[in-house]
Amino acid sequence: MHTGADETRAVTIDRVVKETPDITTFHFHDEREARPGQYFMIWVPGSDEVPMSLSSIDGGNRSVSVRAVGETTRALGELRIGDRVGVRGPCGNGFRVKGSRPLLVGGGTGITPLTVLAEQMVSGGIRPRFLAGARSRDQVLFMDRLCKLLGDHLVISTDDGSYGLKGLASVYAIRMLEENGYDHIYLCGPELMMAKVFEAAETKGVPVQASLERYVKCSFGLCGSCAIGPYRVCSDGPVFDSEMLRSVKDEFGCRRMDPAGRMISVGH
Amino acid sequence: MSKISLAVEVAGLDLRSPTMNASGVLGMSAHLLRRIYDAGAGAVVTKSLGPEPRVGHPNPTMVAVEGGFLNALGLPNPGVDGFLDEIRELKAERIPVVASFFGSSVRDFERSARVLSEAGVDALEVNYSCPNVDEMGMLASDAKTVRRVTAAIRGATEKPIFVKLSPNVTDVAEIAMAAERGGADAITAGNTLKGMAIDIDFRRPILANVTGGLSGPALKPVALRCVWEIAEAVRIPVIGCGGVSTWRDAVEFILCGASAVEVGTAININGFEVFRDINEGLTSYLNKNGFKSVEEVVGLAHRR
Repeated sequence: MHTGADETRAVTIDRVVKETPDITTFHFHDEREARPGQYFMIWVPGSDEVPMSLSSIDGGNRSVSVRAVGETTRALGELRIGDRVGVRGPCGNGFRVKGSRPLLVGGGTGITPLTVLAEQMVSGGIRPRFLAGARSRDQVLFMDRLCKLLGDHLVISTDDGSYGLKGLASVYAIRMLEENGYDHIYLCGPELMMAKVFEAAETKGVPVQASLERYVKCSFGLCGSCAIGPYRVCSDGPVFDSEMLRSVKDEFGCRRMDPAGRMISVGH
Repeated sequence: MSKISLAVEVAGLDLRSPTMNASGVLGMSAHLLRRIYDAGAGAVVTKSLGPEPRVGHPNPTMVAVEGGFLNALGLPNPGVDGFLDEIRELKAERIPVVASFFGSSVRDFERSARVLSEAGVDALEVNYSCPNVDEMGMLASDAKTVRRVTAAIRGATEKPIFVKLSPNVTDVAEIAMAAERGGADAITAGNTLKGMAIDIDFRRPILANVTGGLSGPALKPVALRCVWEIAEAVRIPVIGCGGVSTWRDAVEFILCGASAVEVGTAININGFEVFRDINEGLTSYLNKNGFKSVEEVVGLAHRR
């Protein structure tokens, strides 16, 4: 229906920041209230419309951080200050701040919504532990922003060891979970990483919120393209809590629907 | 208080309530369809299945407009063969399943009808009328073709056949009669109404497909009129579809001649609970007005 967040509106890009060799952040202004973990449908007229998690929520400043992977994200990557895109949202449920000793684990572009969440936690008086994992040093998103915000509560791991701890973020996340008394885990990143950390959190009895990704088509909760189990990632998610994750165990970390609705295996 | 039942029989299909989801709405997986059934639907309708997998159109595929949505998803689906496991999963739980399907040749329709029937579906809904796929454009608007293709499907299956018609035609009753002559067991009326939306800032159509199908409350008066005209023209049951959001809407369709209704867009507005809400409202309407079953109300508005 034609109300509020459902409306597509044109916004002007007012700042462009190159974060890594292939990730760029686009800032724009929007007054609609948004929560960390929510997403916008970003429409590049003539190309496509894709879901993008918010990478800043600061007054009326909003941004999305885009890795150039497909045709549309590459078209997005070519946008300059003054260009206009269509936006719709915020969509989805977003993260809920819970617990007093939270651990945030972000991998790759999954660092994006968790950075906004960490900022919200800090402004609410909670200083979370944040494990940021990436393939290599030049792929670590928001290193300065997170370092300023969290100081020694920021832990970085790279798959190739070019910065911080060497190896997969999931390995360190599970180690941290074993050693410290975290009371809530927030996850966003490669699904196999999230599935492994979730499994470890389950044995420790620690509640989890994980932001999932599926092929979002309509984003109004009607077409079913983004289904996982009985849920629609676009509107029941994208953030799933432990109870929801348990009910999609046969798919989470294993399989997903492709754009035609065929089940395929979840890649890294 | 006498016992009120929402159970209906539509073309030989026994349903615990007269509600289903509209095809194309959440019918991509057995899990989602089970959620619809658990919410109170009498049967579930699959995504329209074609002979081959399709990814559909690029985005934007859906846009909010006054009183509803326009969509041009372009029939994304895993193909008939790719969906059989989901059907078997639903049937293992005894959920009544209506398989929606489409094709671009008589042979496609025949084969799909046979394969889906063998997989155990309870009924077939033939989608002659998706407004967003070019090669199907003419099918639902030509009575002779509808009769011929329906007859071919009739020869391929013993399951009840629902024929889903488009409101984008001059005389929907004529097409419905053709479907009846071809051997259809029920008519679903109807599909979305072709429309479009323009963005004034980008000065272009919003949908990647340019045009799309209008659904939601804005479609209801058109769908009611289709049900009315079809109910006057055929003897087989009619299933109402188009803008059903509340129990009142459902009652309106039933009074117009619908034996059951399909719900789509309202799931965006009211959530899955829409099925339970409609069932409860219907029960209380029947109760207040001294009816014992939905069947007693079907078509009452025609007795003027």
